[in-house]
Amino acid sequence: MSVNVRVQIAVNGVKQELEVEPRLLLVHLLRDRLGLTGTHVGCDTTNCGACTVHLNGEAVKSCTVLAAQADGAQVTTIEGLAADGGLHPLQEAFWEHHGLQCGYCTPGMIMAAADLLERNPNPSEQEVRHGLEGNLCRCTGYHNIVKAVMAAAGSARAGAAAPAPAGAGEEVAR
Amino acid sequence: MSTVEQPATRGDGFVGRAMKRKEDPRMITGRGNYIDDLALPGTLWAALVRSPEAHAKIVSIDKSAAEERSDVVGVFTHEDLKGDFAAPMPMVWDPPGMEVNTPEHWPLAGGEVKHVGDPVAIVIGTDRYGVVDAAEGVIVEYEPLPAVVDPEAALEDGSPLVWEQFGTNKTHEWSIAGGDVEAAFADADVVVKQRLVNHRTAGAPIETRGCIADPRGDRVTLYSATQIPHIARFVISLVTGIPEDKLRVVAPDVGGAFGSKINVFAEEVLAVVLARRLGRPVKWIESRSENMAVVHHGRDQIDYVEFAAKRDGTVTGCRVRVVADLGAYYLQLTPWIPQLGFPVATGCYRMPNIDLKFEGVFTNKFPTDAIRGAGRPEATHWIELMINKVAEELGMDPLELRRKNFIPKEEFPFTTPLEITYDSGDYHGTLDKLLQNLDLDAFRREQAELRERGVYRGVGFSTYVEVCGLAPSRAVGPQGVGIQGAGWESAMVRVSPSGTATVYTGTSPHGQGHDTGFAQIAADRLGLDPENVEVIHGDTDQGPWGWDTYGSRTLAVGGEAVARAAQKVQAKAKRICAAMLEAAPEDIELVDNKFQVRGSPDKAWTMAEIAGAAHIPPQELPADIEPGLEETSFYDPENFVFPFGAHACVVEVDADTGKVDIVRYLSVDDCGPAINPMLIDGQVHGGVAHAIGQALYEQVIYDESGQLVTGTFVDYALPTAAELPSFETDRTETPSPVNTLGVKGVGEAGTIAASPAVTAAVMDALKPLGVTWLDMPLTPMRVWQAIQEAQGGGDGPRRTEQARDLDEHAGGSAGSGPTGPEEGGAS
Repeated sequence: MSVNVRVQIAVNGVKQELEVEPRLLLVHLLRDRLGLTGTHVGCDTTNCGACTVHLNGEAVKSCTVLAAQADGAQVTTIEGLAADGGLHPLQEAFWEHHGLQCGYCTPGMIMAAADLLERNPNPSEQEVRHGLEGNLCRCTGYHNIVKAVMAAAGSARAGAAAPAPAGAGEEVAR
Repeated sequence: MSTVEQPATRGDGFVGRAMKRKEDPRMITGRGNYIDDLALPGTLWAALVRSPEAHAKIVSIDKSAAEERSDVVGVFTHEDLKGDFAAPMPMVWDPPGMEVNTPEHWPLAGGEVKHVGDPVAIVIGTDRYGVVDAAEGVIVEYEPLPAVVDPEAALEDGSPLVWEQFGTNKTHEWSIAGGDVEAAFADADVVVKQRLVNHRTAGAPIETRGCIADPRGDRVTLYSATQIPHIARFVISLVTGIPEDKLRVVAPDVGGAFGSKINVFAEEVLAVVLARRLGRPVKWIESRSENMAVVHHGRDQIDYVEFAAKRDGTVTGCRVRVVADLGAYYLQLTPWIPQLGFPVATGCYRMPNIDLKFEGVFTNKFPTDAIRGAGRPEATHWIELMINKVAEELGMDPLELRRKNFIPKEEFPFTTPLEITYDSGDYHGTLDKLLQNLDLDAFRREQAELRERGVYRGVGFSTYVEVCGLAPSRAVGPQGVGIQGAGWESAMVRVSPSGTATVYTGTSPHGQGHDTGFAQIAADRLGLDPENVEVIHGDTDQGPWGWDTYGSRTLAVGGEAVARAAQKVQAKAKRICAAMLEAAPEDIELVDNKFQVRGSPDKAWTMAEIAGAAHIPPQELPADIEPGLEETSFYDPENFVFPFGAHACVVEVDADTGKVDIVRYLSVDDCGPAINPMLIDGQVHGGVAHAIGQALYEQVIYDESGQLVTGTFVDYALPTAAELPSFETDRTETPSPVNTLGVKGVGEAGTIAASPAVTAAVMDALKPLGVTWLDMPLTPMRVWQAIQEAQGGGDGPRRTEQARDLDEHAGGSAGSGPTGPEEGGAS
């Protein structure tokens, strides 16, 4: 057994300090150690994107990040996306436009879409489709997901400013 | 066929509205409750040791390295556990008067392994990662045996046998015929023939399978990502000998299924057995690579199809021989699934003569079983492409040929030569609406102009009818096709003292939106807002027994049961209300969510007031009214329902690379009156996307030695948002006379409809290049090869398997067997 490592991490704005196995994946730290089960696992090859979270403000697939690599980072999960217990415009739009069926890909899809809109607040349909190609959905055929993301972008343009994700955005490293 | 009275649609009701889903708030905020989200104190983890061989004798199993680990509780093989089983895993199709070669199937393989991934041992330990390490430390010595992968080669004399005791790899042969097929072919002006390969695919829900078995006292609760909690309890009871009342099965939120969670799998049985043995919860979460290898696949059949027609375009008959690759074992319905397309094998057409023969074959692969559509996509694929081929042969417009042979709407209910009664339909209506939306003339002009510039666009059509609403018990049960089960459904509606309602359904959702649609149905009948109607499902300790969710049965069977139970509650509410208001029950009417005396809206009670009186009567209830407000309905439909529609796909093919892009996809579906049109559109989108996946990208590939080549999402190409278009959906509403809601299922319709439309579109695009036939998946490699071959440009890097006609290959071997991995991926 390898020696555990100490990880300091801020998740949804809350500082955490944990001893972890060096091989522990960030997704399992979030799910199994912190109880944040909104971040899902759908594959073992970084294809499906169900585990997408924001690491220092940037969307990453948390099944392909070691918890140890996230030492010192700020992480935002689906549970922390909206401020004050409300809904983020993307969450509202997914609900309004039936952007989910089984709901399993949804948290990762919303986190990826939030990153996409952060970088491109006014995307075309094709830009949304290409921007989300790292996230798989088997239920919706993506039709209503794309519609929801376009609608959320539109509502942001219309002045319903998206609340800043808690604990993210300060140390954006690209 | 009997019909039921259709109540007039209430314009002011909740039914028919595109209501937002009740399920969504928890799911969009990360507060869903999927199987891996459940954590129980003291949980042990399980990992399986699986065969790397497709066919081998197990010589020895050395568990010592795993057992020595401090984090391992035990390692168990078939020998260790066989005393815990009362029976092998069941297959439940027992057709009257017919033998199906049925091998024993135990949760763990003993003696021999029959496919890659066959489990030979299970490791139980305290750590999620640790059990996986420990499983890798279990040393199994195998003596490889010859494997057979190609189903047609498996039928040849001298083929290696998957199961020696049967002396053949043929599992069964099932035939059905109607009319006089020999005469139809003898009198035909034209006969067209084709061999079609409908390749193996995966269900691939984004959530894999998983379960936790929790032993408490003399009971075991199994939480499982399953479509079938009730059937699972029944089957697990059978296999383990644990009485049903000592088992509880709970389906939490289930992250998609598409048929792939329709079986009771070995891992669920093992979790129950080991939890009971060890006295602690046992949890198993499937990896994606396991999901690709050891969840049943779908399709995988070779179809030899002949259509006969007269010069005037009357299609007079068809003859079909299906060779279905069933894999090495049976899951609950493996050998039955290929036949599931038979009730609609005459399509939307009169087709007076038909002869179908299905043969099943054992191979050293994982079993096939029901994946979205299950037998019906295969049938639609051959019907629609053969109709095009007949039109081509006759020099007729394929849409005109369809119209000529459609069953006219006046002739429903229509009994086919296979004695199947289509309930209702308007096939001309959906096609007309589709063509309006498409503007075919404009497309043909654009197509011609683009061809001048070397741009190849094409359009393909599918006019489909499907059979769903599983099922009338007398049709599918032991006295019907021989499934040892039934197809009715239950619902219980309970109104609480404060006037909110709980609906218990025997169906079990995994994305369909039962909570919302069923609440809408119940709310209208109870005079409540759907917000105040909670829908409970997926727990065998709650509500009546049910037959779970598959085969597009949710609404047409489960929803009808909800409607009937709610109607009973309404009737009792009226009696209570009448007693309280001193009126006659028949004078009470439900208007604007108020139970009022007819003509006296001032004398009215809400459901809350009636529910209060039912539980705590302010004055004495009449002696013939029991207290409480709760009713149950068990509904067994008299017939299936037959949704239908017309789809069109427009593609552009890059002739230099073979890459296919979907430019437009249009559908007009008819599943009767909408309960929630938003949910219908969602089902169509997903269903069509599933079929586009099969048509263009997805393929489960085993190599010549039986190794699974497509074991991850890297190799198995699900379509992404970037590959798919926005869908142009539309509907017509032709009520079914089978149920009071008038509804038909829609969960599989898109998948059943779409693959021939996509395939035909690509063939239409490539017509100027001389391509006349394509089998799916239409990967760039395949399409490019077909173009090269048609252009006489040589074989390309590999000999293509396309465009071989039937006679050349009858009795030969080829097809869905080994194909190079390079053909399986998306571009």
